[in-house]
Amino acid sequence: MSEFISKITSNQPVFEDNDPQDELITLNIGPTHPATHGVFQNVVQIDGERIVSGVSTIGYIHRAFEKIAEHRPFYQITPLTDRLNYCSSPINNMGWHMTVEKLLKIEIPKRVQYMRVIVMELARIADHIICNGILGVDTGAFSGFLYVMQEREFIYEIFEEICGARLTTNIGRIGGFERDFNAIAFEKIREFLKRYPPVLKEFEELFTRNRIFIERTSGVAAVTAEDALDYSWSGPILRATGVDYDVRVQNPYCSYEEFDFDVPVGTTGDVYDRFMVRNAEMWQSLRIIEQALDKIEKEPKGVFHAEVPDFYLPPKEQVYTNMEALIYHFKIVMGEVDTPKAEVYHAVEGANGELGFYLIHDGGRSPYRLHFRRPSFVNYQMFAPMSAGMLISDAIINMSSLNVIAGELDA
Amino acid sequence: MMENSFLLDKLQGNFPAKINEIQDAHNLLTIVVDAEDVVDVLRFLKSNNELQFIHLTDITAVHYPHLEKEFAVVYHIHSLVHNIRIRVKVFLHGPNPEIPTATVVWKGANWMERETFDFFGVNFIGHPDLRRILNVDDMEVFPMRKEYPLEDPNRVDKKDLYFGR
Repeated sequence: MSEFISKITSNQPVFEDNDPQDELITLNIGPTHPATHGVFQNVVQIDGERIVSGVSTIGYIHRAFEKIAEHRPFYQITPLTDRLNYCSSPINNMGWHMTVEKLLKIEIPKRVQYMRVIVMELARIADHIICNGILGVDTGAFSGFLYVMQEREFIYEIFEEICGARLTTNIGRIGGFERDFNAIAFEKIREFLKRYPPVLKEFEELFTRNRIFIERTSGVAAVTAEDALDYSWSGPILRATGVDYDVRVQNPYCSYEEFDFDVPVGTTGDVYDRFMVRNAEMWQSLRIIEQALDKIEKEPKGVFHAEVPDFYLPPKEQVYTNMEALIYHFKIVMGEVDTPKAEVYHAVEGANGELGFYLIHDGGRSPYRLHFRRPSFVNYQMFAPMSAGMLISDAIINMSSLNVIAGELDA
Repeated sequence: MMENSFLLDKLQGNFPAKINEIQDAHNLLTIVVDAEDVVDVLRFLKSNNELQFIHLTDITAVHYPHLEKEFAVVYHIHSLVHNIRIRVKVFLHGPNPEIPTATVVWKGANWMERETFDFFGVNFIGHPDLRRILNVDDMEVFPMRKEYPLEDPNRVDKKDLYFGR
């Protein structure tokens, strides 16, 4: 009996390969299991509570975005990007706009860049709130989730004030924003900077030194930096293994190089480190938003888009009264503007890692080919191999801390 | 900060006459190599001490029906140490393109190649588990090929060419 227990607790298979006692059970986790937080399936072979092997099946919400994108003008692709990582849609929107702007070589005014930074960092906080809050729920601590979800609601109110939508935002336009942030939006952003730190602090106090939480997460699903890089990980889960790769620092976009912020890294790459990295990133995002607000003050007021009449829709009231505006409106909507032939790869730091857009354009109305480098898709492929030898309950919180979003997984 | 020219010299020094076409648009070095050389080039990029392209960012494919070699498999690789990216392209003959797998260099290539197989029908020789990944298993076409229409061509209610459909 003692041998049995020592094998169980040291991740050894209990039975030899041909042992007649070796009765593995096949268990379906998903596709609509509450613990998967999305529609994807894992068929695992279990030996008691321990997973022996697993196979991931994905694609349940595949919507053929790459094919659709080949048949849509640029501005109609923005709503498609909303539905990739729907927990932080604004980052996807901005990433797509910046890809097109890189293709068209559009210079974006500083004020617009800072506005984008604010929106993206708010989205990052909203996404990390979901991930860390739900990680708490999966480990059995429900209350922390409720505290922070209230703040996510407030972030969505800010998005609502800026663009009118909450979840799938379609925020901004190629060249800038559809309108300036109004006074209420700025007021709400400032209020958020005041009200969120105490909540986040309370959230951290609930978890970081909590004995049960540490026992549950520390050492679970530890990944070495070598393995993480071999599997092309990026984002918070890669940084939790100790690799300080952040697209915002390595390939700055939107003037991120002007901001003063740290890249938090972990050491062991386990679930606890991922939780800590995400928490630390929320503090850094707050720092960035604060700096961006200060920088906006120093820029000329009322600038909210670049002067690119070929690509930025004219104001609606002018379309009805001004011939030139009508022509531009028509040309943009019909996709009759000349665009260069080029290949562009642009990456932004999404909430889950490097979100890349590979755009091949042949000068037509719609992209010749558009490929999304989706961090969840790339990160998730290690889940099945790393689950071997893990307890089912550990695999569940491992999946939770990978923050796999079904929309980004399947595209 | 490493320069693209240094990177190119290094590659051409090690693979004379095997780097076919070179572009440098948007400051991202793009090279074209043959299918039989691609694994050697990728392994060299990853393991060379001066380059260290350790992060495979992405693998995908593009279909050019009008070209003689119809399919391009595209690798985006990132050297985190020197903060420089490179794009490696391999053009392949259709309709059953074949290329050696990159899973021997990076394990992370596994699902990226499965996705490319799923949508373009590129056969990655030596791949440990080359199955469809996002589409249903019994699908018979490769939907990202250009001849595959987005919508049912028999529909008569959506014939509006002006809206890009």
